[in-house]
Amino acid sequence: MDYFIELLFSGLTRGSIYALIALGYTMVYGIIGLINFAHGEIYMIGAFTAFIVATVLSIYGFPLLAIVVVAGVAATVWSSAYGYTIEKIAYKPLRHAPRLSPLISAIGMSIFLQNYVLLAQTSDFLPFPELIPEFAFMEPVAHIVGSSDLVILVTTTIIMLILTFVIKFTRIGKAMRATAQDRTMAMLVGINVNNIISATFIIGSALAAIGGLLIASHIGQINFYIGFIAGIKAFTAAVLGGIGSIPGAVLGSLILGLTESFATGYISSDYEDVFAFSLLVLILIFKPSGLLGKAETQKV
Amino acid sequence: MKLNINRTLFSTAACFLIAVATPALTHAGDTIKFGVAGAHSGDLASYGLPTVNAARLVIDKVNAAGGINGKMIEMLIEDDVCKPEIATNTATKLVSDGVDVVLGHICSGATKAALPIYKNASILVMSPSATNPALTESGDYPNFFRTIAPDDAQAMVDVKFVLNTLKYTKIAVIHDKGDYGKGFAEFAKTFLEDSGKAEVVLFEGVTPGAVDYSAIVQKIKHSGAEAVIFGGYHPEASKIIRMMRKKRLKIDFISDDGVKDNTFIKVAGKYAEGAYASGPTDTTNNPLSIEAVRAHKEKFNTDPGAFFANAYSATLALLNAIDKAGSTELEALKKALQTETIDTPVGNIYFDEKGDAIGVGFSVYQVQDGVFVEL
Repeated sequence: MDYFIELLFSGLTRGSIYALIALGYTMVYGIIGLINFAHGEIYMIGAFTAFIVATVLSIYGFPLLAIVVVAGVAATVWSSAYGYTIEKIAYKPLRHAPRLSPLISAIGMSIFLQNYVLLAQTSDFLPFPELIPEFAFMEPVAHIVGSSDLVILVTTTIIMLILTFVIKFTRIGKAMRATAQDRTMAMLVGINVNNIISATFIIGSALAAIGGLLIASHIGQINFYIGFIAGIKAFTAAVLGGIGSIPGAVLGSLILGLTESFATGYISSDYEDVFAFSLLVLILIFKPSGLLGKAETQKV
Repeated sequence: MKLNINRTLFSTAACFLIAVATPALTHAGDTIKFGVAGAHSGDLASYGLPTVNAARLVIDKVNAAGGINGKMIEMLIEDDVCKPEIATNTATKLVSDGVDVVLGHICSGATKAALPIYKNASILVMSPSATNPALTESGDYPNFFRTIAPDDAQAMVDVKFVLNTLKYTKIAVIHDKGDYGKGFAEFAKTFLEDSGKAEVVLFEGVTPGAVDYSAIVQKIKHSGAEAVIFGGYHPEASKIIRMMRKKRLKIDFISDDGVKDNTFIKVAGKYAEGAYASGPTDTTNNPLSIEAVRAHKEKFNTDPGAFFANAYSATLALLNAIDKAGSTELEALKKALQTETIDTPVGNIYFDEKGDAIGVGFSVYQVQDGVFVEL
């Protein structure tokens, strides 16, 4: 039973990590129907920004809390700037192009950003400072769920709740939903669609940056390539949960994380990806739009 | 221009001299023909050329001192470009030239292709660099020796360390599913099981780049392992050891050359403390090694390249064996190599019955106060 609980928490942690990244994928897809492959790179850039800021601040001996807050804000702002710029440069000119064009543009952006960070920073792995301290009250259960696991779990839950609230009950959320439903009609009723799309990219990128900070602190190392693998898994999770749906992204991430964790624990970690992707295939066979996704009807 | 003419003249003269002199000397039987085969051109030349330099340094020195038993040593240098199909020609050429012993080949594949030809001619071959385990362990090539540790040697070093020094009986073996890491882990598993002293309680591969390793760490804990042997490179090793410590799993962590890198200590930080990793035994402070490097710089004006120390040692061992055996006959040479120890830049070595050098190879290092310390 202990073993089961340990694996359960491992899975929840992994799932929450995926969810932090998957939320950005699903938001962008929900609004403009584009799979933003550069999202993993935004996460990586967030982690790098946090790394640089945190390293500099810790040299000057700032207290940990100040470092976390400043690094978090810097990473969020910087990543959002990247997200905003990428949308303007790589996606906006292609908004009326066939669907494949922005997809290829996104993949190109992803490769560009990876290599840009590789050249501008380093190809080496860098030690990420431990921004999440070991809480004393967690010590009795540290062998099951660690402090950084807890912070990631709580952050993911809070972010999901705030996002759901924003989208359901605020003006901008209503405008987002309108844009998602019908862009032309939204424009006709006076919604500035360009601003809404920019806002979506900014929010998605900010989430990725927070994810970057928390996950890098949890793993303890970063390099230019971390966004790619994490991005693939998060994208899988978003599809599993129903891409475009916010609770779906979280649900899909948790299911993916738990599957991997239990597959590792009870079968073999050699097969964790086999099980994760078999599950994806199975779910998509029976529910092509994902667990919480809405079946899309072709607009005529 | 003048220089060019001189050089051409000189080399023509040299060729002529060799052409005239060689048959005469062969008939007289007073040179020892020392073959050097390996990649001397092409993209892997940087692995082969240092061996030629090493052989030349040792042989010049021995010849200047009057040769061995009054015989001068003559070098026969042949290029195999590291390609198995060319290596067979290289070997045939050397054999028909009447070579006595061969230093080479450089690459494992080329060595494997050439060995049957030398075996049929009963010629002793010693490689400074071919690490494929089967070359010695298969027993197919009784004429083959080497001065480099085979690929599985570090698995053996780690396993022996775990069994004899740390005295653990339950081991988890983890790898990164890559050629290097998985190969190492499989050797470690086999050696552990064959020893009969320990049980492999877990053998699994992790996915490199995964965001979280807590599930596999819980599994290691659940397996009751007393130590983890990890095959792979430092990025995954630092993630795993960090997660182990964070999950309060305090068992020992033993790994390979891919982890014995300062980046491991830099990235894993305090979590790396106490971890073990094997790596090539440090020979840079060996006086013979310092002397060999100095001689190389003097003669060639550059730092020696890959496998230089191994090739230098192999040449010393071969010449010593010829000296002690008093002939170049295969069985006599083998006996000399297996019984006589010799001081070389890679340490004081002799050879086992399979042809691997004893005394060369890997050591276990431990992270102590942020640096790798040889144990």
